[in-house]
Amino acid sequence: MSLWQYANPVKFLALSARVQPALWALAAVFTGVGLLWGFFGTPDDARQGSTVKIIYLHVPAALMAINAWFMMLVASLIWLIRRHHVSALAAKAAAPVGLVMTLIALVTGAIWGQPMWGTWWAWDPRLTSFLILFLFYLGYIALWQAVEDPDTAADLTSVLCLVGSVFAVLSRYAVQFWNQGLHQGTSIPVATGNRSVADVFFYPLVMAMLGFGLLFLALVVYRTGTEIRLRRTSALRARMNRGA
Amino acid sequence: MRALLLRDLRLALRAGGGFGLGLAFFLIVVMLVPFSVGPEAQLLQAIAPGVLWLGALLACLLSLDRLLALDLEDGSLELLLTAPLPLEGALAVKALAHWLTTGLPLVLAAPFLGVMLQLAAPGHLWLLISLALGTPALSVIGTFGAALTVGIKRGGLLLSLLVLPLYIPTLIFGAEVARRGAAGLDASTPLLMLAGLTLAVVALMPFAAAAVLRMGLR
Repeated sequence: MSLWQYANPVKFLALSARVQPALWALAAVFTGVGLLWGFFGTPDDARQGSTVKIIYLHVPAALMAINAWFMMLVASLIWLIRRHHVSALAAKAAAPVGLVMTLIALVTGAIWGQPMWGTWWAWDPRLTSFLILFLFYLGYIALWQAVEDPDTAADLTSVLCLVGSVFAVLSRYAVQFWNQGLHQGTSIPVATGNRSVADVFFYPLVMAMLGFGLLFLALVVYRTGTEIRLRRTSALRARMNRGA
Repeated sequence: MRALLLRDLRLALRAGGGFGLGLAFFLIVVMLVPFSVGPEAQLLQAIAPGVLWLGALLACLLSLDRLLALDLEDGSLELLLTAPLPLEGALAVKALAHWLTTGLPLVLAAPFLGVMLQLAAPGHLWLLISLALGTPALSVIGTFGAALTVGIKRGGLLLSLLVLPLYIPTLIFGAEVARRGAAGLDASTPLLMLAGLTLAVVALMPFAAAAVLRMGLR
């Protein structure tokens, strides 16, 4: 038994069919409880009032926006090294989800920023980095759609993902160099453990973060299954056309 | 390698090669700026370094889709793939040829256009230095983009979408050097960053470009 056996599409589909109901249920419970608890079960912040509640959407979405790209990077590496088709398709399936997460983070940030900072948008390093990440997602998805041969498309997008990762990190630090920030620092520094979020806000936030993580996982597993079936249909169709 | 470089230069310089197009584009962009923001000298002086960098970047981008597409059309790209010369080397040479025919003229023309945009006097030298250091990076990154999209029909727009985000760090450091230089500040930090970035991409990007070219034309 090894993890690699699930690189076989049949095994992957069988496994995903088994775990998907539980995955969806867990995602729904964690996301639902986290968001509802956050929106209705926590007090207003002393200074930010009720606007603080957008944090339960903003932070988990931003977290998954970055992690989705990281997952695509790992999947691309696996495709380039071990040539497992499921891996390439998982990277393809994750990209639109990551794109939407980035968009949610940007939009919720703007909605929160308007009353709090007095502006919808500022050329702050974090905001700008996310906009750049958004562009990288767009380019990656556009390249997938532009290349006709599926294996070539997987190859090219994988390399783009690798090169893009390097440049995304570069851009992040270049942008920090270019302009000082308005955005607050991280609220939950894992390394030092000195979080600046009070417990009442922290627990629903963790629930929402877990929920978004599970939601992302469920969506990617589901979409990967769709991509595999799509690939099979086109293979069948090609065989039928050859036979006819 | 020298033969390839000379061939690329000759092709670019002769009729239909598009030499000078980038330069003309650069001139037009710079000319359009006062039309769009107004002719006040102070405003132009403030935005001149950034506008000149942006114009040079766009002019560089303009000629990228010719970089490999023409070679694919006449079949010489297949010859390069099978040639004893490593593809990495061939692509580095092609990037060099692109820089010599596009980047270098832009660098040399920039100070003159800077005069037109009321660039502050100390800024000219810094603009020249930053463009001379930064445009090779633009050419090499662009070669990667061209290799990525060479097999795609009507890939020109896609090329821009893929390459422009990759240009961000170069633009940030390059424009910062020019801006600080024009304002009379110390520009050595962004200059070192820009130089490091250019060296890194010149060393690494030909390998990525060759890899995607092999994949794309398999």
